[in-house]
Amino acid sequence: MSQKIFAPWDDPDEKPLIRFENVTKKFGDFTAIDDLTLNIYEKEFFALLGPSGCGKTTMMRMLAGFENPTSGKMELSGKNIAGIPPNKRAVNMMFQSYALFPHLSVWENIAFGLKRGDMGKLDIAARVEEMLKLTRLSKFAGRKPHQISGGQRQRVALARSLAKAPKLLLLDEPLGALDKKLRQDTQFELMDIQEGTGTTFVIVTHDQEEAMTVASRVAVMDEGRIIQVATPDGIYEAPNSVYVADFIGDVNIIEGTAKPAGEGTYRLDWTENEAPFLATSEAPFSDGQNAHLAIRPEKIAITAEKPDDANNAVQGSVLDIAYLGNLSTYYVQLAGGRIIKAQTANTRRLSRRSITWEDKVWVSWSATAGVLLAQ
Amino acid sequence: MRRASWFNVTSLTLGFAFLYLPMVLLVIYSFNSSKLVTVWAGFSTQWYGELIRNDAFLDAALVTLKVAVASSTLATILGTMAAYVLVRGGRFAGRTLFSGMIYAPLVMPEVITGLSLLLLFIGLGMDRGVLTIVLAHTTFSMCYVSVVVSSRLVSFDRSLEEAALDLGCSPFDAFRLVTLPIIAPAVISGWLLAFTLSLDDLVIASFTTGPSSTTLPIKIWSAVRLGVSPEINALSTIMIGIVTVGVISASLISKRNAVKAQQDMQAAERGAT
Repeated sequence: MSQKIFAPWDDPDEKPLIRFENVTKKFGDFTAIDDLTLNIYEKEFFALLGPSGCGKTTMMRMLAGFENPTSGKMELSGKNIAGIPPNKRAVNMMFQSYALFPHLSVWENIAFGLKRGDMGKLDIAARVEEMLKLTRLSKFAGRKPHQISGGQRQRVALARSLAKAPKLLLLDEPLGALDKKLRQDTQFELMDIQEGTGTTFVIVTHDQEEAMTVASRVAVMDEGRIIQVATPDGIYEAPNSVYVADFIGDVNIIEGTAKPAGEGTYRLDWTENEAPFLATSEAPFSDGQNAHLAIRPEKIAITAEKPDDANNAVQGSVLDIAYLGNLSTYYVQLAGGRIIKAQTANTRRLSRRSITWEDKVWVSWSATAGVLLAQ
Repeated sequence: MRRASWFNVTSLTLGFAFLYLPMVLLVIYSFNSSKLVTVWAGFSTQWYGELIRNDAFLDAALVTLKVAVASSTLATILGTMAAYVLVRGGRFAGRTLFSGMIYAPLVMPEVITGLSLLLLFIGLGMDRGVLTIVLAHTTFSMCYVSVVVSSRLVSFDRSLEEAALDLGCSPFDAFRLVTLPIIAPAVISGWLLAFTLSLDDLVIASFTTGPSSTTLPIKIWSAVRLGVSPEINALSTIMIGIVTVGVISASLISKRNAVKAQQDMQAAERGAT
């Protein structure tokens, strides 16, 4: 492996492009951002993910310069940018509504930012052509925004915000208005453009799939705080809290008390009637500490017979089957009433499926399949 | 097609007769060859000729036009600024009071507005003339402009201005290059409204006018007190004609734009593949 893995956040010598240091933003009594510290590095595709009202849009608006932090420090390439108005920042934003100027043509929309600088007429024209080519809009240069389709408008907005070659591009729910198919195509386009231009992207989204697809790192936010910052697989496979595990994807959460059972291994007592579950954890738990086992449905096997080699196996009956085409999710009810979700890929045609409603089945998983979380 | 019932036809006829019969009479009698207004003596356009030769009327028309253009332009600038601050200024101390106060002159009796302006001009020692009428008309018509413009600004997508700022505009440039072109139709209709209000104002103009500056409504009013002349009818017919042409062409233009925008939109959605 000669190719260097892109991970500037692991390099202590790397200087972050953006630094939030104990940033707090209040609107009256309401705290939108609560003592937040965060580094974002050059060339990153950074996603801010969270439910509405979690403060992700406020973060973005502070970066763009539309809001100023109540307290704390905000740096862009080492310079404090708090108080600098949006028109004096090397930051551009792609708006959720696209905010295309309806009275200007596609060409003029893209040229709008360039004309504000001291760029020559010929240079502006060349740059606009370049952006039109990049976003495959050359045919539509003369049209007005209302004369093109939603997907094309989205690309005009992207071209306009990239035209000034900003250090940082902010994208506020950039694909929210597109339908699912178009959204998936556009996600890959966005990633190509981000890689091609080498611009740092910060994207705000509430769509976790989108965040996982495009981002180099994801920050999960809640109530003005960042709960976890990690790579998409880190967020998914090693969530640091029940909140993150529950927010990203589907998960079974089993609450109980932990009991050390060898190095890095714990037993989770979760009910009186069944044997405890075995789980590994890097984080230490004391004897009798409250713990949650978070385990993804696709890591749970479902079989008619009891498997011999699984660390954890428990019997129940099939309550419901959610058929999604490529996958099926089985809702298995255990003796105590608890429901465990198990997911299998439908590698065979439906007619040959062996498990059906009300069947007695075994759900099983290994000790390393889940994550043990304190809270 | 459904047959119109007697009731509908009757109410329609009555309604329109009520609205337009006086004007129709006025237009007909403007073509009367008799000097007596109430006696029909055959078709003639002589009164239009008389009107063109009447310097007093022409002067008054010129003054009215000057006042209307100047005051409606001033009112549009001030009213747009006021609307912008009230819609965009966010919360500042006394905002509710301000927005209430800007609408108050709409319901204020004209006599009181006129009287208070007269007292102000006397107090300031200003000679009454074209300037004082312009100021007076600006005062009351800017409220109308600000109502029209602020109703447009309320529905204006604020992220357009933010996008302009984000792309490097100063706040003033953002207003000049983005906000103003988009709200232009509202600003123009505000101007037209102010222009019409100034054109037909009698009460406030007569309070604030001086000996050298008689506007058309004042001239007509004083002429009518000496008896209605066919010349006045001719003049009024011309005014009705101008207003009608203006209103019809304005509505035709806006309708054509709306239809065209809709067609463009449908074409864009069809072409989206």
